[in-house]
Amino acid sequence: MNKTENNKAWLLVLPVFLLVAFSAIIPLMTVVNYSVQDIFDQNSAYFVGAEWYKEVLQDPRLHDSLLRQFIFSGSVLLIEIPLGILVALMMPTRGAMASLSLILLAIPLLIPWNVVGTIWQIFGRADIGLFGWGLNSLGIDYNYASNPMDAWFTVLLMDVWHWTSLVALLCYSGLRAIPEAFYQAARIDRASKWAIFRFIQLPRLKNVLIIGVLLRFMDSFMIYTEPFVLTGGGPGNSTTFLSQTLTQMAIGQFDLGPAAAFSLIYFLIVLLVSWLFFTTITHLDKRK
Amino acid sequence: MSWMAWTQTTAVFFGVIACMLIAMTVWELRCPSTERRGFLPIETSRGDRLFIGLLSSAYIHLMFLGLTELSLWIALAVSAVWLAIVLRWG
Amino acid sequence: MPMSKTKAFGITLYILFVLVPIYWLLNMSFKTNEEITGELSFWPKEFTLENYTVIFTDPSWYMGYFNSMTYVGMNVVITLLVALPAAYAFSRYKFLGDKQMFFWLLTNRMAPPAVFLLPFFQLYSSVGLFDTHIAVALAHCLFNVPLAVWILEGFMSGVPREIDETAYIDGYSFPRFFVRIFLPMIRSGIGVTAFFAFMFSWVELLLARTLTSVEAKPIAAIMTRTIGATGVDWGVLAAAGVLTILPGLLVIWFVRNHVAKGFALGRV
Repeated sequence: MNKTENNKAWLLVLPVFLLVAFSAIIPLMTVVNYSVQDIFDQNSAYFVGAEWYKEVLQDPRLHDSLLRQFIFSGSVLLIEIPLGILVALMMPTRGAMASLSLILLAIPLLIPWNVVGTIWQIFGRADIGLFGWGLNSLGIDYNYASNPMDAWFTVLLMDVWHWTSLVALLCYSGLRAIPEAFYQAARIDRASKWAIFRFIQLPRLKNVLIIGVLLRFMDSFMIYTEPFVLTGGGPGNSTTFLSQTLTQMAIGQFDLGPAAAFSLIYFLIVLLVSWLFFTTITHLDKRK
Repeated sequence: MSWMAWTQTTAVFFGVIACMLIAMTVWELRCPSTERRGFLPIETSRGDRLFIGLLSSAYIHLMFLGLTELSLWIALAVSAVWLAIVLRWG
Repeated sequence: MPMSKTKAFGITLYILFVLVPIYWLLNMSFKTNEEITGELSFWPKEFTLENYTVIFTDPSWYMGYFNSMTYVGMNVVITLLVALPAAYAFSRYKFLGDKQMFFWLLTNRMAPPAVFLLPFFQLYSSVGLFDTHIAVALAHCLFNVPLAVWILEGFMSGVPREIDETAYIDGYSFPRFFVRIFLPMIRSGIGVTAFFAFMFSWVELLLARTLTSVEAKPIAAIMTRTIGATGVDWGVLAAAGVLTILPGLLVIWFVRNHVAKGFALGRV
């Protein structure tokens, strides 16, 4: 669509700008200020330059949680994106069943994140939870509170349970937008199911999949509440992800300086990744 | 304001960023730029190149801090040169 | 295309996977604590509403729901009010720095709340808004407004420009055109946006908990109370959990026909 050039449009954007600037720019500036000082209390702070950044960049605890974070976000994407596509392909296309499955699938998305943690905390326990009890009575030794592998498995399963629906609903809407004529043509050509998926459905899903990957990457990259409730980051540090390490530093130990430096590095990573995604999306839009 | 814990260095830092943004806005109003293709793999406008330059400068600084013992002034010099290159030929 | 049996089987299986953990919570909420910690049972043997009674008779419990509802409601209203004109500007006009502005907004949707936790606490304390509903509502705008602009822009771009031009020729002023003609045309988009704003504000806890202490404490934070000195009150915890799911169900029922398109942010 052709847009007219008009700088007065700024007036319409101004409220959003002011509102978000208040909540984004002031805190961000504060974080930058904290990150170069050693702060004891309101009145005694010493300028330390880039000291905290150096410390943070060379802190093995942070390397570990960064590594865990990337493994976690990677596994989340690897499982949820294909599974979401599969679920979307299986969803009924019309009628009451379509609405019903849509609503049922959306339920996990609307549960407060700490309740999601609570649900799985209960569900996975061997004494009172169906899942933990079931696994143990099948003879599998499962305890998410003491075994790191089990904890990982539970956190991952919880995330799949929580968020695959989002990918599925995105793909579902993408699939609904494919005109029936495409399928008819494919039927005339006697295309196999795989061919239909590969050459008709998948290309049409590209846009929604980018949004799905973007949202899933971002949200899994800042995951905090669910694993915090479920495992508290343990056993040991095995399920402590970036956000939790950060909150521990800032609030638990009150290490404001290092926590702020860490925040900014975290933010820079997110900024780079979101810029890459955003550029990809806008350039795809342009090519259309 | 005191809770924001301002220091001279960070004030200068944000001042410079703000000046850059204002300068870019004025420049853009005086003579609007068009998107073009430089050595970067995508078409960019002037503002995009400034953003790319600044973001990569931040990473250059982090790399100097994390991987070397060199002074940050060197990183700053490298970044300034890099920013100029990106703005001109990117 | 007729639905094949494998597909029906597959989707049923997945929906079961979604529902069973929720059923387990529901199941527990109707049990007494003795039954929960005693033998594992697939449905309540002694059906009790005791756990729900606890919540509905104690103000410190049900006020939590009230608080959450209040700030979520405020957030939805503020989000829509500021996002609608902005989305219109992005969908109709080219202006200085529009792309950069749009991207900057999106980065706020992506910034981890943990990064902003401490400054937020101090910012809202210093302007005297700590422990008020409006503080949480404003803080949630940080990620809801960008998302709302993104979704609305997608829906608005689907409305042809000719409509705007015809209205102006007919002598409509911008505000009148916007409210009378344009908004009704993107009704479903507004519904979907409200749904998303509701959803992300309702499920968020980290910021809501940090910015409140007593007066505006959200229900999700109150739930941690059930872990007392004598162990966890599982029954009440489960009942409170079930009650947090209900508002979401209600809202999704209203927008069920538009949700699919909304999830794609109007960009299919």
